[in-house]
Amino acid sequence: MIKIKELHKSYKTGKSSLHVLKGIDFEVEPGELVAIMGSSGSGKSTLLNILGMLDVADTGIYELDGVPIENLDEKKAAQYRNQFLGFVFQSFNLINYKTALENVALPLYYQGVKRKERREIALDYLSRVGLADWATHLPSELSGGQKQRVAIARAMASNPKVLLADEPTGALDTTTSYEVMDLIQKINDEGRTILVVTHEPDIAQMCKRIVHLKDGTIEKDSRVEQVKALPHV
Amino acid sequence: MNSFKVLFDQETWQEIFGSIAKNKTRTIITVIGVLWGIFIYVTLSGAAKGLDNGFEREFENVAMNSLFVWAQSTSIPYDGFKIGRSIQLKIQDVETLKKQVPEIQYIAPRNALGVFGGSAPLVVKGSRSGNYNIYGDFPEYTKIATKKIFDGGRFINTADIQQERKVCVIGERTRDELFEKDVNPIGGYIRINDIYFQVIGVHKYVEGGGFESDGDIFIPFTTYRRLYNTGDRVQWFTIAAYDDADVVAVEKQIKQSLKRIHRVSPKDERAFGSFNLGEIFGRISGFAKGMTFLSLVVGIATIIAGVIGIGNILLISVKERTKELGVRRALGATPGEVRMQIILESVFLTTLAGIIGIVIGALVLAGINWGTTDLQDFPYTNPTVPVSFILGALFIMVFLGTLIGLIPAQRAVSIKPIDALREE
Repeated sequence: MIKIKELHKSYKTGKSSLHVLKGIDFEVEPGELVAIMGSSGSGKSTLLNILGMLDVADTGIYELDGVPIENLDEKKAAQYRNQFLGFVFQSFNLINYKTALENVALPLYYQGVKRKERREIALDYLSRVGLADWATHLPSELSGGQKQRVAIARAMASNPKVLLADEPTGALDTTTSYEVMDLIQKINDEGRTILVVTHEPDIAQMCKRIVHLKDGTIEKDSRVEQVKALPHV
Repeated sequence: MNSFKVLFDQETWQEIFGSIAKNKTRTIITVIGVLWGIFIYVTLSGAAKGLDNGFEREFENVAMNSLFVWAQSTSIPYDGFKIGRSIQLKIQDVETLKKQVPEIQYIAPRNALGVFGGSAPLVVKGSRSGNYNIYGDFPEYTKIATKKIFDGGRFINTADIQQERKVCVIGERTRDELFEKDVNPIGGYIRINDIYFQVIGVHKYVEGGGFESDGDIFIPFTTYRRLYNTGDRVQWFTIAAYDDADVVAVEKQIKQSLKRIHRVSPKDERAFGSFNLGEIFGRISGFAKGMTFLSLVVGIATIIAGVIGIGNILLISVKERTKELGVRRALGATPGEVRMQIILESVFLTTLAGIIGIVIGALVLAGINWGTTDLQDFPYTNPTVPVSFILGALFIMVFLGTLIGLIPAQRAVSIKPIDALREE
C-alpha cells in the first residue's frame, strides 16, 4: 500500500540546515495498523506530513497504492489527498462554524458529491462512530472524545486508502483515548490501512506493528501482539 | 473544477453562503462598509439630480436662452450728439435686429404701465375695481415666456394685433378680485382707464423671477399703442435666441446693432441695459452639473473606501481562518478552489451590500421627494438616479470586489497547508 525508499528531508533555518529524515525505507501492506513512535524531533511528524502529501521529501521514492507520488503541485496534491488519504489530527481541526454533519461532509464536497448524497454518507459515517444524534451540534458543543470521533468520521467519509492519524489521542484523557483507539481498531478490522503517530507506548501497543524512529532513521520495526482497547474502556 | 462551472454551481454557493451566514458579525461589519458607500452614492447623486430638476422647474416658464434689452442714456458723446442723450427703442428696431442678428429666434417688443414708470391704471368691473399693471404685447411673447392660460381662454393673437382689438388677458388675482366667484370671466368686459376690454383669457401665474405678478393684464401691443399714444416707442425687448446659440455673444451682437441703429458710440456701455437670463441659467445649470459631478466623485470614492474595507476584513478573516483553510486543503481543496471561495465571498458580500445600499438610498430619496413635493420655493424635484449610474456602480463594486478579494485569496493559498495546520 505504502512504499518509501531512501527518503531524505532537511529543513533550512537561516544558514544551518537541519537534516530531519536521513534515509527512511519503509513499506506498509494493506490492512496494517502501524504505530510510528519516537521522541520529539525524531522526525515522526515530518514523515507523516510527507506521507500525507502536506510536505515534500527532498529525495527518495514514495509510492501510494502503486501510484508514484512525485512532482506534486498543490492542485495535484490536493486531489491525491482527497482521493487517497484521511487525516486525523491531535487538535481535531474541525471547522468550528460547521455542524458535526457538515464537517464530515466536507471532503465529499471537494470530491464533487451532491449535497443530498453528501449528507446521507456523512450521517452514515457519523452513526458508525456512534454520533448520529449529535449530527446538528457544533464542535464547541462536543466533548474532546466526541470531536475526535467526528474527525475520524470525516477522515473516513471520502473512503480513503490510508488513514493518517497524528497523535489522535494526544489531547484526550486515558479512557477517552482507549475509546478512540477502539474505534480505530474497529476501522482497521474492516481492512483499512492506518498509520498512527504517537509517543504513548500503551497506544502503540494497540497497533499491530510499531516503527521506532530516532534521529531521522528507523531504529526498530517490529510486529507486536495487539492489545484490544475495548476491555480497557 | 472549471472556474466558470463553479460560478453557476449550486454547491459552490451553498458553501459560500454557509461560510458567510455562520460568521454573522464579520459579515455584517463587512457589509456595512460598502452599504454605506453605495448609500451615499445613490443619495448624493439623486439629490444632485433633484436639485438639477428643481432649477429646471424654476425656469420652465421662461425660455432658457432668453434676455431682455432696454434703452438708457448715452455716456459718451458721439456722432455730433452730446453726452446724456436718452435713447428710445423703436418698433422698427425689431426688423433690423432680426436681419442683423440671425441667432434671434423670437423677439417680442413690450410696453408696460405701472412697472417701470407711471402708475398702474384703475381697472373697473361693475362695483369692483383695482389697480393693475398693463402690458402691451405681441403673440411672440408666449414663445419666450410661457403663459399658461386657463381652460376656455387664449392669449393675444395676430388678428388682435392687426385689428387693434380691445381684448385682454387677465391674471388669476385680477379675476378673483374683479369677478364674482361663479362667473366665467371669459367674454366678460372690464374697464381699463374708462375703456371697455373683453376678457379673452386668464393666465395662470407661475413664479419664475422677473417683475411680473399674478395681477398683470396683457393687451395687444397695437391697442396699447393707441390707448396710451406711444407711437413707435418700445420700452424693452424680450428676446429668445436659438437653442444652440451662445446667448452671451447674441447679447453683444444685439447691443452693437442697437448702437448702430441709434447712433451710439460702439464703446458706450451704458446706453443699453440688458438682463441675460440665459447666462444666469447657464451658471445655475453649471452649478447643478458641478454638484452631480461632485456627488459622483464622492460617491465612487466612498464605494472604493467601502470595498477596501471589505478587503481589509477579508484579509483579517483569512488570517483568522488560516487553520480552517489548512484543514480544507488537507481534506482535498485545491488552491484554485480556496481562492475562488474567498473571491466569491468578497463579490457576494459586495454585491449584497450594494443592493441593500441602493434600496435604502432609493427609499431615502423617495422620502425626501415626498417631504418636499409641496415646497414651491425649494428647488428640488423628482430626485432620480439614472439606471446607468446604478449599473455602473454595481459593476464597479463587483469589479473592485473581485480585485480586492484577490489579495486575501492569494494570501490564503500562499500559506502551505502544513503551516496552516501547525498554527495553534
